[in-house]
Amino acid sequence: MKTETKHPHSGSVMADRRKKNAAEGIAQTVFAACAFFVILAVVSITLYLLAKGVPALLQVGPGKILLGTVWKPTAAEPQYGIFHVILTSLAGTALAVLLGVPVGILTAAFLAEIADRRLAAVVKPAVELLAGIPSVLYGLLGLTLLNPLIYRLELTLFRDSPDHRFTGGANLLSAALVLAVMILPTVISVSETAIRSVPPGIRAASLALGGSRVQTVFRAVLPAAKSGIATAIVLGVGRAVGEAAAIALVAGGCVNPPFPFRSVRFLATAIVSEMGYAAGRHRQMLFTIGLVLFSLLMAVNAALTKIRKAGTGEHG
Amino acid sequence: MDETTLYRKRKRPAEAFLLSAVYGAASVSVMLLCGMIGYLFFRGAGAVSWRFLTTVTDVAKKTSGIAGNMINTLYIAALTLLAAIPLGVGAAVYLSEYAKPGKLVNLIVFTTETLAGIPSVLFGLFGMGFFGETLGLGYSLLTGALTLALMVLPLIVRNTQEALRAVPEGYRSGALGLGASRFYMIRTVLLPAAMPGILTGVLLSVGRIVGESAALLFTAGSDGHLPKPGGSAFGTIRSLGEKMLESGGTLAVELYLQVQNGRYETAFGIGCVLIAAAFGLNLLVKLAAVRLRNRA
Repeated sequence: MKTETKHPHSGSVMADRRKKNAAEGIAQTVFAACAFFVILAVVSITLYLLAKGVPALLQVGPGKILLGTVWKPTAAEPQYGIFHVILTSLAGTALAVLLGVPVGILTAAFLAEIADRRLAAVVKPAVELLAGIPSVLYGLLGLTLLNPLIYRLELTLFRDSPDHRFTGGANLLSAALVLAVMILPTVISVSETAIRSVPPGIRAASLALGGSRVQTVFRAVLPAAKSGIATAIVLGVGRAVGEAAAIALVAGGCVNPPFPFRSVRFLATAIVSEMGYAAGRHRQMLFTIGLVLFSLLMAVNAALTKIRKAGTGEHG
Repeated sequence: MDETTLYRKRKRPAEAFLLSAVYGAASVSVMLLCGMIGYLFFRGAGAVSWRFLTTVTDVAKKTSGIAGNMINTLYIAALTLLAAIPLGVGAAVYLSEYAKPGKLVNLIVFTTETLAGIPSVLFGLFGMGFFGETLGLGYSLLTGALTLALMVLPLIVRNTQEALRAVPEGYRSGALGLGASRFYMIRTVLLPAAMPGILTGVLLSVGRIVGESAALLFTAGSDGHLPKPGGSAFGTIRSLGEKMLESGGTLAVELYLQVQNGRYETAFGIGCVLIAAAFGLNLLVKLAAVRLRNRA
C-alpha cells in the first residue's frame, strides 16, 4: 500500500468519514436547491407578468382598461376596455360553481356515506376517468353536443324577440355548463376526502340519538366536513377561472356583458384566442389580461390558505 | 292508536327527496362519462385508421395523419419529465427529510400550492415570453417542455412528499442505526420504498402533459412533421436533437386547431386517441396505487 505512506489518512476510517461528509453536504445542498427552485419559479412568473403587464396598464390608464367596456385592440384608435371580460370570468365561474358544486357535493356524499360497495365501484372510477379527460375534449364535445341543444333552447326562448342576436348556442350558458362538468371531478374527490375524514363518533352520536341515515349525512357529517368542502369549492373556482382552451371553443368569443344567451369572452380565452396575431401594444395588453387573471387566482389561493388554516384550528 | 305506534315507519318526504337527489347526482357523473365517451367514439372511430396513426397530413393526397403529433407528444413528455422529475423529487426529499419545520418550509409549501393554482394559459404566457423570447428558444419543443415542467412540478412534489410520508419511521431509524448516512439511507431505502407513489405523480404529470393545449399553443407551436430520418444511429440522434429546437404540436394542440378550423372528423379521431391514452394512464395509476398498498 504505497499510497498509505503518501497520504496517511486515505483508506482509514477518518478519511472515509470525511469523504462521506462531503457527499452528504453536496446531497443536502442539491436537495435544498431543488426546493428553492420552486420558490424561484413562482417569483419569476410573478415578476415577469408584472414587468410585462404593468407598463401597458399604466400607459393606457388602469381605469380605462379595467372599467372600459369597449375592446377594439386593432382599430385605428385602439380601445382596451376589459370590464366585460372580467365580469364574464366572474359570472361564468359563479354560474359554473352554482351548477357544478351541488352535484359534486351530493356525489361525494353518495360515495362516502350512502353507496354500498358495489355502486361505489361503478361511480368512483367514472369520476376518476372524468378527471383524466383532457380539457380540449370538453371543448370539442361542448361545441358539437351541447351548443346545438342550447341553440334549440335559445330558439324557443327568444322566438318573439326580434332584437335578440342569436348565438347558435355558443354563449355564456354553454360555457358555464362545460365548466361545471370540468370542475366536478375536483369538487367530488376533495369533498369525498373531507367527508371520509369526519370522525366516526359524529356519525355514531347522530345515529344513537335517533337520527336517520339521511339526517346523519346532511345534519351531522356534512357540517363537520365543511372546511374540507369549502376547500373543494375554492379549488373548483380556481380551475374554472383559469380554464382557457375548452371555453374558447364553446363561449362564442365576442366581448359582451355576461348574459346567459350572449356570446362572451373570458379572461383566459382572450389570451388564447388573440395571442396568435397580437402585436405591439395589443400584445402587451394580453399580458395585462394575464396579470388580472393572475391576481384573481392569487385571491383564490389566499382564500384557500385561510380556509385551510381555519380548518386546522377547528380540529386542533 | 295507529299514529302513535313505534312500529310504523315514519314517512319523511323531505328525506326521500334528498336521497333521490344524492342518487341523481351520482348517476349524473356516470351518465356524463358514458355519454361523452360514447359520442366521441361514435363520431371519431371512423377517422382512426392505420394510415391516420402512422402518416402525417398530406394536403396533396387529401389524407390526414397524426404520426408527427404523436411523436411530438412523446418527445415533449419525455423532455418535461427529464426536467421535472429530478427537481420535483429533490424538492420533496428536502422538504420531508432535511428541512426543519419553520418559515422556510411553509414558504416552499405555499409556493408549491401557488404554482399548482396557476392556470395553464399563464404558464403559456410566461413560457412564450421567458423561454421563447428572453432565452431565445423560440417556438420549439424545448420551450414547450420547459414550460410544462414548471406546470407539473407541484404534482410530482406533492405525490413524492406523500409517498415519503407513508414510509414507516422504522425504515429511517433502522437504516441510520445500522450506520448508513442520511443520503445513503434516502437513496437505498426511502426512494425505493416510495417509488410507487413517485410513479403516481409522474403518471398524473404525463396525463396533464398529453392533455395540455393552452400552455403549448404559444410555446411549442403546431408543426406536425416527422423528424427527418437520420440514416445512421448518429444521424438519428442528431436529427432528434435538432427537432428539440423546432416547433412541434402535440395531439391536444392539433385537436384544438382542427376544431377551430371546423374539421371535426379529424378532431374526433384525435379525441379517440387522447381518450385511449387517458384510460391507459388511469389504469397505470391504479396499478401503482395497488403496488403502493401492498408494499406498505
